[in-house]
Amino acid sequence: MITRRIQYELAGRVFGPALLSFEAWQKRLKRRGKKRGPSPFGPPLESVKKLKEVMSLHYLEGRYADGAVPVAWVTSGFPVELLRPLGFHTVYPENHGALCGVQRIVPELSDAAEKEGWSRDLCSYARTDLGSVLLGKTPAGRLPKPDLLACCTNICQTVLYWYRCLADHFRVPLVLLDTPYVYGEARPHHLEYVRDQLGELIEVVEKLTGKRVDMDEIVGIVRKAREGTRLWGECLATARARPAPWTGIDGFFHLAPIVTLRGSEECNAYYRLLLDELGDRVKRGIGGIVDERRRLLWDNLPMWYGVRELSTLLAERGFNFVCTTYTNAWAEAGSRIDPADPMGSAVLAYTHIILNQDLPNRLDIMRRLSKDYSVDGAVLHSDRSCKPYSIGQIDLKERLARELGIRVLILEADHNDQRAWSPEQGNTRLGAFMESFS
Amino acid sequence: MSDAVAIGVDCGSTTTKAVAIDSGGRILYSVVERSHPRIEEQTERCLALLRERTGAAASVPIGATGYGRKRIAASRVLTEITCHARGAFFHTGKACTLVDMGGQDTKVIRVGPGGDVQDFAMNDKCAAGTGRFLEVILARLEVPLDEIAQRAAGEARPVSISSTCTVFAESEVISLVAQGEPVAGILAGLHRSLASRVASLAGSMAADADVRMSGGVAKNATMVEALGRALGRPIGVLPDPQLVGALGAALWVR
Ligand code: SF4
Repeated sequence: MITRRIQYELAGRVFGPALLSFEAWQKRLKRRGKKRGPSPFGPPLESVKKLKEVMSLHYLEGRYADGAVPVAWVTSGFPVELLRPLGFHTVYPENHGALCGVQRIVPELSDAAEKEGWSRDLCSYARTDLGSVLLGKTPAGRLPKPDLLACCTNICQTVLYWYRCLADHFRVPLVLLDTPYVYGEARPHHLEYVRDQLGELIEVVEKLTGKRVDMDEIVGIVRKAREGTRLWGECLATARARPAPWTGIDGFFHLAPIVTLRGSEECNAYYRLLLDELGDRVKRGIGGIVDERRRLLWDNLPMWYGVRELSTLLAERGFNFVCTTYTNAWAEAGSRIDPADPMGSAVLAYTHIILNQDLPNRLDIMRRLSKDYSVDGAVLHSDRSCKPYSIGQIDLKERLARELGIRVLILEADHNDQRAWSPEQGNTRLGAFMESFS
Repeated sequence: MSDAVAIGVDCGSTTTKAVAIDSGGRILYSVVERSHPRIEEQTERCLALLRERTGAAASVPIGATGYGRKRIAASRVLTEITCHARGAFFHTGKACTLVDMGGQDTKVIRVGPGGDVQDFAMNDKCAAGTGRFLEVILARLEVPLDEIAQRAAGEARPVSISSTCTVFAESEVISLVAQGEPVAGILAGLHRSLASRVASLAGSMAADADVRMSGGVAKNATMVEALGRALGRPIGVLPDPQLVGALGAALWVR
């Protein structure tokens, strides 16, 4: 236990940074002498280096976490602030899934899950994760085994069944936070129901770790989480400027700390750095793309395996995604968090996640973003995997087009499984969509 | 001196179409061939033929569209949606809903009053709802395309076909034949099934009342009629429906 703990600490503080600078040096060597054509993108963000460092360290620490500290695997919408004071190292299978998506290894992982009987109709994050567990394969080197699985149904019901399968596989306890779907505003008895569960949940984790949850510590972490989401929201808001200082696609990548490290100082420090850089770019008129002619909104998760190609295709013609409902979700939820009432506000915030809200609410969010970011059009990604996010898009499209007079395209794909994306067909749709602006 | 001012090439998945037009947009000469995997060679051949027949100079601009568009050395490369809309507007001169049924995709385009693309929807991921659906099944029934109209039109009671997937529909049709269902009834059923697929695609967007049709499938009168019934309004077939995309491409560079 003590040796594991030392390894865990060293991984984050000594080996990690050393390894990263070695890798960076190797990459520089490889790049030397290579000529590059003109890029439709603005100069790359300097903060990316730091982002890579923060996230790599997180995954590197993870390799040595089991046996050193308690490990929890959690869904992206789980109130992780409750676990942090107990010293949990948290793993986000969805974020890890995205990493696998970017590396394009999902078909292989999914095949492994499908062979065991999980259907291809299941969300590709679930298939990626289950396949990765079965094969022991991950681009992160190694994922620590969980001592606890923590699942919140505010994003979908799939996570419940997925985490049950994980609980069965790892033979560890699963805690569930069930959040009733919100029509309009959440009703008092719904909030009470969620609050009761939080109380029960604390009992379970206290028993598991043998420690008591210290309310003061929770307040401190909630404060940091709120600050983190505020900073993230401000980073996003810089894209209201013309030209937007970064692309929505950049935003998808820079989202990682607020998802996985929410409530920690390193998360907030990172977003302060990013915000400074973005603010500076706005002042100097530096855009995320060189020639911003049209501004778009993106709805739903990104296509992790194809974001670069997609944004290049658009950037070459002067189109930029300046806002996305997905990245906005993390700024939006946090605004309800109140350190003066950590439990009550956590209940409110985590119940009002975009995916747990009805269509009129979603339409409101999209309307607001479209206006705030002065968009000319919107692309609604109909994600084969994420049914809760994709349902209702035909109506949303029609309403946005009619009420705001903007052009809207529905693009069929999948966020993680490239086999559900036909590049030829998809690019033709995007091409026609862009041509329709001229 | 040749009258040709522009050339349009529509390199589709099933057929390749090329037209040369005069300054008024009139088609001077056209070529339609089954698409060949060697796109560059085929278009070169079609272009040579067009130039020979119309006397068009090598400097006449070329607009390219269709799946193979990026492989063509053209002055302007545009998607089929933009070109079909332009071609349709040339014929109608006003806003309309255009249904283009081609070999591998079917598009419904809302053409605005100025000929612009206001919205569009396309079949996604599979060939259900496209010309290929009919082609595959007709081949299975050994019925040539030109006989369809007469045989199906004469049939009063269409046999119901429930599969929209081309492959499943094929096996469904085989079993229907085995059960002794008349081929004409099956054909009528196939058209109805295809029409309802396209109608739901059109239903996903607010369509204009004036519906026009283009693409190779528009030459099939039974299909036009079935689609009209599914949409609950008559459908006007554009002149030379198969050439509308190529015409649009030529008009863009005229
Ligand atoms: S992508 Fe959608 S379906 Fe999959 S886990 Fe996330 S919310 Fe659930």
